[in-house]
Amino acid sequence: MKFYMIHLMPYADLDLSYDKHHNSAWVTLPNSYFDPQNGPKLYNRYIDELVLADELGFDGVCCNEHHQNAYGLMPIPGVIAGALVRETKRCQVAVLGRALPLLTYPLSVAEEYAMLDNISNGRLIAGFVRGIGAEYHSTGVNPAESHDRFHEAHDLILQAWSRPGPFAFEGKYYHFQYVNTWPRPVQQPHPPVWIPSQGSRETIEWASHPSRKYTYLQTFSPVDQLARFMAMYQQQAQKYGYEASPQQLGWATPVYVSDSDEAARREARPHIEAFYNKFLRMPVEMLLPPGYLSLASITSVTDKIRSGPAAGGYTIEDLSAKGMIICGGPDSVGQQLETYQKKVGFGKLIAMTQFGTLPHDLTVKSMQLFAREVMPRLRHVGEEQPPVRAHAAE
Amino acid sequence: MGDATESWETIAGCKINVLRGGRGAPLLFLHGARGAGVWLPFFKALTENFEVIVPEHPGFGRSDTPEWLDNVGDLANFYLEFIQKLGLREVNLVGTSLGGWIAADLAVRNCDALRSLTLVAAAGIHVPGASKGDLFLWAPEQLVRNLFFDQALAEAMLKQTPDEEERKRQAKNALTLAKLSWQPRLYDPNLRKWMHRIDRPTLIVWGDSDKLIPPVYGPAYRDLIPGAKLLVIKNCGHLPHVEKTAELAGAVVKFIEEAKR
Repeated sequence: MKFYMIHLMPYADLDLSYDKHHNSAWVTLPNSYFDPQNGPKLYNRYIDELVLADELGFDGVCCNEHHQNAYGLMPIPGVIAGALVRETKRCQVAVLGRALPLLTYPLSVAEEYAMLDNISNGRLIAGFVRGIGAEYHSTGVNPAESHDRFHEAHDLILQAWSRPGPFAFEGKYYHFQYVNTWPRPVQQPHPPVWIPSQGSRETIEWASHPSRKYTYLQTFSPVDQLARFMAMYQQQAQKYGYEASPQQLGWATPVYVSDSDEAARREARPHIEAFYNKFLRMPVEMLLPPGYLSLASITSVTDKIRSGPAAGGYTIEDLSAKGMIICGGPDSVGQQLETYQKKVGFGKLIAMTQFGTLPHDLTVKSMQLFAREVMPRLRHVGEEQPPVRAHAAE
Repeated sequence: MGDATESWETIAGCKINVLRGGRGAPLLFLHGARGAGVWLPFFKALTENFEVIVPEHPGFGRSDTPEWLDNVGDLANFYLEFIQKLGLREVNLVGTSLGGWIAADLAVRNCDALRSLTLVAAAGIHVPGASKGDLFLWAPEQLVRNLFFDQALAEAMLKQTPDEEERKRQAKNALTLAKLSWQPRLYDPNLRKWMHRIDRPTLIVWGDSDKLIPPVYGPAYRDLIPGAKLLVIKNCGHLPHVEKTAELAGAVVKFIEEAKR
């Protein structure tokens, strides 16, 4: 198995009683809740934590993009990635990812990623996402165009990397007389592409296509959903006539390790509960504007979401039982991950080792224990071809 | 459907559902964001004077969603073609909310087939400093409450539990609404530049308690269209045809009658 650390860079100093006056930490939470005195300390602390992951032997570090919220302070993830490619020495650096439909000039992503790939000498992982629904409220981009803009921007970026320029590109949303991206990426024909998702058949059919074979990441989902979507990917690959490698499948989830199960639960509790109940809180209208989901899936998903993570009210016990945090002493975290890996077949774990209000000292302690005690015992799993699966995905 | 008949028309490759009732000069009603497909008391109230024609827009309700549908201009052209294909003349065009925007856009393009224009709580323009309500961020209950002045009407609507088919139609309507109006929100910055082209008798109607498109939009619309009259309905929200059915129907009949002279 390969291990990556993802940071969301939350505004950890958030006044958690904000929800007495506001229904979300996104879009409309006044930015007066952000105290500029706290910004420098938080950003530099978080970058240090990512750099520590490199020193501890993680295979990669990951940042991502969200706008106008307290959940994640990386509206321009390239700023963080720019620091990481210089400050890390060995590990890969993943941007998970740029939200393509939000852009009027998607070639900026081809340029930005190519720069990062050059400066890091080929350590970049290129993530592409649509952003979550809230992003469409924040940026004004039409959610009804989200899917089409994503695919068109993706095609444009991949062509900018792999076709000799200059060439013309005429899409529905994007039009360029001269596509001629400088610099070219170091990794040829292009950096590895990862697709983080909350899970949808359309995304899986697209990402697993033999012309792409992109790594698919299931993000912050209960284990039963993880299993369902990983199986869907494996079966889709079989339909396409190939076996998906475990390295095409990743799971992004909060991880916390301490000296014992009891200590881990006690230490993580307020911070993971704040993550799910406060930082992720938003009404369904904000999360799922019209068009963000396909019409085929919208009514069933909307019902699920109304009672899902964005609805809040979680305890660490619920979250652990559902696999929405891997928490415990080193042995138990190792066992949980091994069990889930055997059940689901993923080969990449994207561990969110800081979440919500978790302070620096606990973050560092957990990362050190994880790297020293847990990673070595899981290195051998998830590298081979997956076993032939007997049962069918839904 | 009572005294209305239902038919299907295919225009520009798009099959749409059309309700009709009554006799007289044609009155083409263009519905708002919540769709049509139901023969409302407002339509019935107009049938004594008019042949009332109520299509479901492309992308709404039971009508097709055509590949070509991208913006309100597409629907304005669609209805120009609809009027032409159905051989309608001297049309009294009535649009509410989103339908008002389509009607205004259509009239800017070509008034030849029109006899009169009535715009009710119409979207389509922006008045600097006068924010519209964010119907995409309002919770479902809040949305219904904000549409009405009379909360008893909102209560009644909230008590209805839509079946699966109706929920699918609502999701389809919401998707098309977003496609047409997400940004710029509920307006086209180019429309107001050409509103002076409308040379037909025009009535603008607004509820004095409209929380979605505030009443200040009424005079703004009136001032953009030469000779337009403004009617403000008291104690009324964004849906005058539902909330003040008789008052609006009476005003429309009277306006069109007077416009003949």
